[in-house]
Amino acid sequence: MASSAVLEKPTVRRSTQTGEAIARLVAFLFAASILLITLVLVYKLWEGSALSRHKSGLHFLFSTAWNPVTEDFGALPFVYGTVITSALALLISVPLGLGAAIFLAELAPARISSGLTFLIELLAAIPSVIYGLLALFTLVPLMRLYVEPFLKSTLGFLPLFQGPSYGVGFLTAGIVLSIMTIPYIISVSREALLAVPREQREAALALGATRWETTWQVVVPYARLGIFGSIFLSLARALGETMAVTMVIGNTPQITASLLASGTSIASVIAGEFSEATTPTYQAALVELGLVLFALTILINGAARLMIVATTRKGSKRS
Amino acid sequence: MWRKTINVVMLAMTGIFTLLTVSTLFLILGYLLYYGGRSLDWNFFTKLPLPAGELGGGMANAIVGSVKIVGVAALIGLPVGFLAGVYLSEYEDKAFGPLVRYVADLLNGIPSIVVGILAWSLVAVPMKSFSGLAGAVALAVMLIPIVSRQTEQFLREVPLSLREGALALGASKWRMIATVVVPAGSKGVLTGMILGVARIAGESAPLLFTSFNNQFWGGGITEPTASLPVMIYFRAISAYDDWHRQAWAAGLVLIGMVLTANIMARLVLARGISVPRG
Repeated sequence: MASSAVLEKPTVRRSTQTGEAIARLVAFLFAASILLITLVLVYKLWEGSALSRHKSGLHFLFSTAWNPVTEDFGALPFVYGTVITSALALLISVPLGLGAAIFLAELAPARISSGLTFLIELLAAIPSVIYGLLALFTLVPLMRLYVEPFLKSTLGFLPLFQGPSYGVGFLTAGIVLSIMTIPYIISVSREALLAVPREQREAALALGATRWETTWQVVVPYARLGIFGSIFLSLARALGETMAVTMVIGNTPQITASLLASGTSIASVIAGEFSEATTPTYQAALVELGLVLFALTILINGAARLMIVATTRKGSKRS
Repeated sequence: MWRKTINVVMLAMTGIFTLLTVSTLFLILGYLLYYGGRSLDWNFFTKLPLPAGELGGGMANAIVGSVKIVGVAALIGLPVGFLAGVYLSEYEDKAFGPLVRYVADLLNGIPSIVVGILAWSLVAVPMKSFSGLAGAVALAVMLIPIVSRQTEQFLREVPLSLREGALALGASKWRMIATVVVPAGSKGVLTGMILGVARIAGESAPLLFTSFNNQFWGGGITEPTASLPVMIYFRAISAYDDWHRQAWAAGLVLIGMVLTANIMARLVLARGISVPRG
């Protein structure tokens, strides 16, 4: 900005220059505090899990044991639950969210679109414990009485839908997560679609493509990076989601093929057991689970942010 | 012909998907109003929780506790986030600015429960006790990246001509920021702050093992402190019908506060400003 030229004039008083430097330094320090917080977070997770890391090493990641009495801990059932529930969530929320984003960006008149987008953003603002509360008292009975018996009687020949079912479990948690991640997919994908230049659509329509063909074969591929970004972003949200999952997953550390079985996830075991973990090794094992979750979400989020930045840049350059 | 059919069918599907998504919002609000409204009474706001099995009681301590924890978190998080946002918008340099921005976005995406572990090890472990302060630190860490990114985006929207006008009148750069840029962007910045505080007010995961819970009023900020979201969790997973009733009531109160803040921020304050995502 032009300010540097102004400041270098010899007529400017020295005190102004000192004040200027101080103001700049203060703002800089507060910005740097964000980096500091992140570094402290990494250090604390690393330090806090030291006991557990030294004791079990890499074995921790592949062991299915979880025994606070003998202090034998393994992360596999928790990682399994986290991955399965998040995958189920995306399986539902990606088609739904992308479809809704297409409607909002391509079809709906601007007024209706912004009204509906506002409502969808409110959906994202609902606290996760509220989702958990509702799911526990409405979705869980529904699953136990109707959905799960139905799945067993029709698709019961698949190992996915066998065994006992109590309403809580991987499938229920996946459904709740899908509802929670849809708003993120919609709002980020919608913006990626809106950033596609008008000429792309006009060219396809002029060649005789229908509205849907234009959208699906031209507009969506053009915005694909932003859409992938939105999917990764909601994947990271789903992996770290705690309260709603804890309340409906059943909290049993087990690995089974059945989606109806009750399971657990990294975030829910930390939420459920951290305040009761009494021995240092037990605490360290839980902190190490936190470290695993942190690493997972950082990797996925880092990729998502890069993709979203790439599309917005592309869009703004051409329009 | 079939191309046209596919066209109509797929376009109709996208509309149905949108309706499905939006209707979940009304479904959620409807359930909360029905069950919560039935359970909400004056005692909820004035009485302490009763031991399991006894009917009645309220969550007065959790409401006050939530206000305390969120208040302290806002006292720490808002100024830090605001000044970091001022740096990103006004003082940014080539290498450091983008780095801070990227890390802030990453920090924003870290699961809240992991942030809880940070606050636990920074505050609860040295103090050898769960405390409201530890919960406030966790929430502040979540608030900082939200507020800094929103402040940055709103300050950037302040037109260049306003800045040039101030500089031409002889104002130094920080005077220009303090007297021209920040007031001009204040509506948006305030909106961002309200949205950020509303977001952390509903968090329960990072509070479970930092501020924990308390059946009584609790003393200061250094003792375990009850909060509305944590109360909802413990009441909902309990085995007592009367506690479930209270969880619904608390859910209605919490969603009322969060949605009011959101609607206010987006409709009233932000009229004419587009609200960037958190």
